[in-house]
Amino acid sequence: MKALQKLFDSVKPNFEKGGKWEKFYTLYEGHRTIVFAPDILTKNKGTQIKDAVDLKRVMITVVIAMIPALLFGIWNVGHQHFISVGEEATFLDKIITGLIPVIPILIVSYGVGLLTEFIFCVIRNHPISEGFLVTGMLIALVLPPTIPLWQVALATIFAVVIGKEAFGGTGMNVLNVALTARAFLYFAYPGQISGDSVWVYLGGKEAVDGFSGATVLSYGPTAIANGTNMMAEVGAHWYDGMFTWMNMFIGAIPGSIGETSVLMCLIGAAILIGTGVGSWKIIFSVFGGAYAMGLLFNVIGGNPYLEFPAHYHLVAGGLAFGAVFMATDPVSAAQTEVGKWIYGFLIGVLTVLIRVVNPAYPEGIMLAILFMNVFAPLIDYYVVDANKKRRLKRATV
Amino acid sequence: MSKTIKLKKGFDINLAGKPEKKISEVSLSETFAIKPTDFPGMERPKMLVKEGDTVKAGSPLYFVRGIEDVKYCSPVSGEIAEIKRGEKRKILEIKILADKEIAFEQFKSYSASDINGLSREDAVEQMKSSGVWQNLIQRPFGIVANPEDKPKAIFISAFDTNPLAPELAYQLGDKAEFFQTGLDILKKLTDGTVHLNIDGQAEVAQVFAQANGVEINKVTGAHPAGNVGVQIHHIEPINKGDIVWTVTPYGVAQIGQLFAQGKYDASKLVAVTGSEVSTPGYVKTYIGAQIKSLTEATGNLRFISGNPLTGVNVGKDGYLGFYHNQITVIPEGDYEEFLGWLKPSTSKLSFHKALGLLSFLNKNKEFKIDTNTHGEERPFVVTGAFEKVLPMDILPTYLFKAILAEDYDEMEALGIFEVIEEDVALCEFIDPSKNDLQEILRDGIELIKNS
Repeated sequence: MKALQKLFDSVKPNFEKGGKWEKFYTLYEGHRTIVFAPDILTKNKGTQIKDAVDLKRVMITVVIAMIPALLFGIWNVGHQHFISVGEEATFLDKIITGLIPVIPILIVSYGVGLLTEFIFCVIRNHPISEGFLVTGMLIALVLPPTIPLWQVALATIFAVVIGKEAFGGTGMNVLNVALTARAFLYFAYPGQISGDSVWVYLGGKEAVDGFSGATVLSYGPTAIANGTNMMAEVGAHWYDGMFTWMNMFIGAIPGSIGETSVLMCLIGAAILIGTGVGSWKIIFSVFGGAYAMGLLFNVIGGNPYLEFPAHYHLVAGGLAFGAVFMATDPVSAAQTEVGKWIYGFLIGVLTVLIRVVNPAYPEGIMLAILFMNVFAPLIDYYVVDANKKRRLKRATV
Repeated sequence: MSKTIKLKKGFDINLAGKPEKKISEVSLSETFAIKPTDFPGMERPKMLVKEGDTVKAGSPLYFVRGIEDVKYCSPVSGEIAEIKRGEKRKILEIKILADKEIAFEQFKSYSASDINGLSREDAVEQMKSSGVWQNLIQRPFGIVANPEDKPKAIFISAFDTNPLAPELAYQLGDKAEFFQTGLDILKKLTDGTVHLNIDGQAEVAQVFAQANGVEINKVTGAHPAGNVGVQIHHIEPINKGDIVWTVTPYGVAQIGQLFAQGKYDASKLVAVTGSEVSTPGYVKTYIGAQIKSLTEATGNLRFISGNPLTGVNVGKDGYLGFYHNQITVIPEGDYEEFLGWLKPSTSKLSFHKALGLLSFLNKNKEFKIDTNTHGEERPFVVTGAFEKVLPMDILPTYLFKAILAEDYDEMEALGIFEVIEEDVALCEFIDPSKNDLQEILRDGIELIKNS
């Protein structure tokens, strides 16, 4: 440890005022504070003691909560690969095959993202913030395993620059940064992030006869168009038992890398809620809103997608991942406690609404969260206004 | 009609070094100091003495422009040793070299029956000139009360929930006998009620239980339940244009003693607390005592006048603040810790439960804590945490943002009249983004006050 401290001390003069790399001081400081928690003291006035928590610890907690989804995602990419090409494979084979597409995506999203952050920190002379620890992981997990790496890089740069730094950096962004990346790709390069052929990593091999890499959500529009029975088609998948409720809950289905497994998202949710880092109100109300909207559609009925059972909505697509890891981003979510209930509930409602009513966007959660990100300040405005009114009302009593 | 208030929000910071109910003998401090900076918003003193003058306990040292007849008085008798100035000749400390035997300025004394007949004007007059007036703090703003005002109520919190805080009834010491007289005087100052708020969870001390002519309210809950601001919010909240006053039990007793004995007695039991004090307990001294006369602790330590949340780092050669009844000695935290932000720990105190912060597993443990910030300053990111430790219908984050934006209307609407620094101190402690919330709030209060 001492040696490491000495190493930092020895390069420090270069970064200080007058040193040859003084412009890069923030990079020096950023790296030193990752290795060593800093020796900053409380001020002479104000609290003389401080809580042991800091933003780094909060962020790393979110990253840890995503690890189950990442590990499962790696296995699932391999699993989908082998069933699609019709080969038997061991658990280890599946993991190794899964690592092939996933690791480069992770490296690119973290590498490019951090580099962009560093450049901005140096230009603006901001301290390096730890927010990207979470964003880098999120971006990788919401992309399909077949995504071209240059698109990952482009989307990450777009998200960091336009989604975050343009608004003033960490804590100031209006939209969820990772979803900004995904939305960018969705509208700029739809061919690589939507449709039926991007969700399964084939690795250059031929798929088996009758193979379809479609997600369950794409069955809805098809059924409406052809006037067929959606649930019957879902049940008659080429791979037996693919879209049973339980299999969708566990997550051994085609989809983006980290978002298929509801179970793993719930483990993540347990970590976030247990540590108090994620808002249980938001997570709970997203599921609640989606279920309520699903039920409402079931009651209305009329076409096969409207009749898609409400409890299937909860395990389909990225709803769980979005509810647990995206909607709970404290910066872009509603910030008042009452507002969080409303915000989450409307995300759930909108997700199902977009899925069912607008077949052009099979994955509703991404747009629902971005939409509610924009409306979160409005929700908060009314909650804060109610607080002010309570205070004024008191005065006249 | 007395009230019972149960507060669910808050957090007790359980630290090592709580004061034992025992008074240790210490030799009297050689010098004492009155610091104009202890009185927020009253920082432009006009001196009435110069270096070399001799004073008695209760002799006026200075007054503040605007409220000229409120005198700031010497706590002890002796010689003015130094008037210490800082930047722009701002007066920082008025040091008095104390006599061995304290001589008192003589004020008028009253028998119990005289006090009944005493008029408000006469009472105010005596208080203004004798040094006890400063015990009355005005809300909003948390500044020394203006004698021209008539408050709608007066509030006394009879317990302190801050970390390592003294027990206020015990801390009264031999002043306890004057507490009722003090209350009788306070009743003259307001047409409203005098509220005495006691801890609903603990056994009530005789001196408070027997208090007459006041409304006794019970408050239960974790810190900041003992903060008078929180209590006011639930008993009789402050609206725009309202003025209420607050006093500490010590202040009440000191006022009582002035009228009963005709002297300004600044003697005080001070709790000497903190993990670095060998035997935490109480010592008897006077307002403004030098810290080194109160404790023998040495090393790389921080000497705090007051408690660890709202106190001031004055150093060992510094002086006890006017309102402080406690000093705290804890280690300085000037070290780097390898992966300190990642390591799991049961010994680091935290309100939060984020990864590896396991202090919540052991609620009864007394934590040893130092002055390290455990992280750097960041923008507000985490939401909903402040709300968990502020048992008031106030949205702290929005209030802070309104202050930072210097938006006067928003500050008012969001409740700046109802809070002072101590009320948000716990928010500052738990803030993962390490912002100086007490300083931000004081800036906001100054903006509103001067607008």
